Amino acid sequence: MTTAQLLGQDPGWLVVLKAVLVFVICVVSTLMAVWTERRVLAKMQQRTGPNRVGPFGLLQSLSDGVKLALKEDIIPAAADKVVFIAAPIIAAAMCFMSFAVIPMTGVVTIFGRETAMQLTDIPVGVLYILAVTSIGVYGVVLAGWSSGSTYPLLGGLRSSAQVISYEVAMGLSLVAVFIYAGSMSTSDIVASQHENIWNVVVLFPSFVIYVISMVGETNRAPFDLAEAEGELVGGFHTEYSSLKFALFFLAEYVNIIAVSALATTLFLGGYHALPGLGFTEAWLGGWFGIVWFFLKVNLFFFIFMWLRASLPRLRYDQFMKFGWKVLIPASLIWIMVVASLRVIQQNGASRTVALAFALGIVVIVMAISTVFEKSKEAARKPLPDGAAPDFPLPQLPGVSSFNASSQSRTTQAPTSGGTNE
Amino acid sequence: MHLANLALHRHLLQEAPMSNSLEPKKSGVAKDINDVSYVEVEQPGPASLGKQSLGFWVTFKTMFKKNLSVQYPDVKAPTEERFHGRHQLNRHPDGLEKCIGCELCAWACPADAIYVEGGDNTPGNQVSPGERHGAVYQINYLRCIFCGLCVEACPTRALTMTNEYELADDSREKLIFEKQDLLAPLRAGMVMPPHPMYPDMDENNYYRNEVKSADPSQGPIFDGTTAGEAK
Repeated sequence: MTTAQLLGQDPGWLVVLKAVLVFVICVVSTLMAVWTERRVLAKMQQRTGPNRVGPFGLLQSLSDGVKLALKEDIIPAAADKVVFIAAPIIAAAMCFMSFAVIPMTGVVTIFGRETAMQLTDIPVGVLYILAVTSIGVYGVVLAGWSSGSTYPLLGGLRSSAQVISYEVAMGLSLVAVFIYAGSMSTSDIVASQHENIWNVVVLFPSFVIYVISMVGETNRAPFDLAEAEGELVGGFHTEYSSLKFALFFLAEYVNIIAVSALATTLFLGGYHALPGLGFTEAWLGGWFGIVWFFLKVNLFFFIFMWLRASLPRLRYDQFMKFGWKVLIPASLIWIMVVASLRVIQQNGASRTVALAFALGIVVIVMAISTVFEKSKEAARKPLPDGAAPDFPLPQLPGVSSFNASSQSRTTQAPTSGGTNE
Repeated sequence: MHLANLALHRHLLQEAPMSNSLEPKKSGVAKDINDVSYVEVEQPGPASLGKQSLGFWVTFKTMFKKNLSVQYPDVKAPTEERFHGRHQLNRHPDGLEKCIGCELCAWACPADAIYVEGGDNTPGNQVSPGERHGAVYQINYLRCIFCGLCVEACPTRALTMTNEYELADDSREKLIFEKQDLLAPLRAGMVMPPHPMYPDMDENNYYRNEVKSADPSQGPIFDGTTAGEAK
């Protein structure tokens, strides 16, 4: 019986229970994530981090959340009230929705019913996640627009452009996974990895592209241009306060956990144990899978924190250039390679043929990039000495020969006029 | 084409980082601003991917280092010896105040944080040796920048700074410190002013440090036990 069939037999109360569980898991892991991030980031900067509220400061984010909720809620006079209120709701709700198709355990029993810890399983589960996160962008755009203020507008535009650009690369990186698993259903992808080998091994380039684009997708450092404090104050949520701001905050972290969970599902074998530790999956009546699942999610979350601690923020044009001119072409080429290899394999070609094909691709790509680099270097040749610019230059203090070229042009003008006559 | 303009022109035309750039030679003093000779300077090119990823190792390694955080309200790290903290108005060894109300500190203050009003010393109200004393003395710690120019300006060494740095409060009024907040506590062997100067001495003796402690004729000598009298 497949997971989809298993989940189809769930009675209504179980669906509601699982929905509540998913919601609770999201909120609690957000609270934990905020605390973990602050502590780990502090460690990386040789500080201690929050350690006062509760044991090890564990309740810090909870008390921050309560404080945030009790703050005065300000709606700017210039804001579009309806949209201003709707935007954070859209942003937060969509993040939770993407968690519905993430499989967190294999077959388990809840109150005597056999089921899996996954709210629903649809044949196009991964596409559904992409669609839902795309709708989440509306929250950001609308928040920026409805604030009736400059910085939020710019921040909202930036962040939507960013998310949309990196969604393309993300979607393309997932295509290779679909080709290999032969399905878009999250539980089927997990099952296929369990049968063969984790996708992170076979589809390593896809994995790298996915990890980069998931950072871009979630507006996190080093791609946090949307809230580049020095330039845009807080970005799209500059004008937000109180619970509405808390919703954006929640959305950001749930989003991070959601993309990490998706990465776990698609590339790291989902809830399955590490190879060789398969016996652990039977522990706690199958519930131990959730431990493996969250271990892997936390690995990705650690990458998020590590990136934030190590890298400076990218410039906007560099960021866009990287997305459109590097990530997308690279994943397109990689999909071609994967698709060809898959066809060769399915037509029963020997392993040597497949390997030779893969090696040939690598050689071609290397040759192209070498030629490209050479031509770039040639174009970078320094100007010959004495080459005069054909545009006016700012005057340096006391330089008398300012704009020598433009002066010579004006003296030449009458002579050229003379030849015309 | 002037060389400086050429360098600028090169800079504007080339988007990639230049391998070499022109910088003014740092030899001697140029008489004329235009008379600058240039030398080629090696600029570091873009770092390789390996070098760039070294940063990840740095942050990872740092996680296992000892924290430098001081758990402040529980643990109070001592300040440097000459840390500029809250001010203090000092006393002569017999308890008379050193401040003579000259207002030089107020005039020296770049932030206009000090307000002083001088008052006359009368035989019945001798607060400091000599003719004058500071009757009103206020320092506004919302304005003070702790530069210490007031301390340098003080002619009698009445004003010095302590190491006390916990000066936060919740209202503007509380952060204007009055004379009684700033005065040094009365130590053992002192007499609470106002009281007459040391017998057979004048202010010059005070300034030459010839007064070592209070005389019983000046008033009841503080024995250092009753804490309430310190203020």
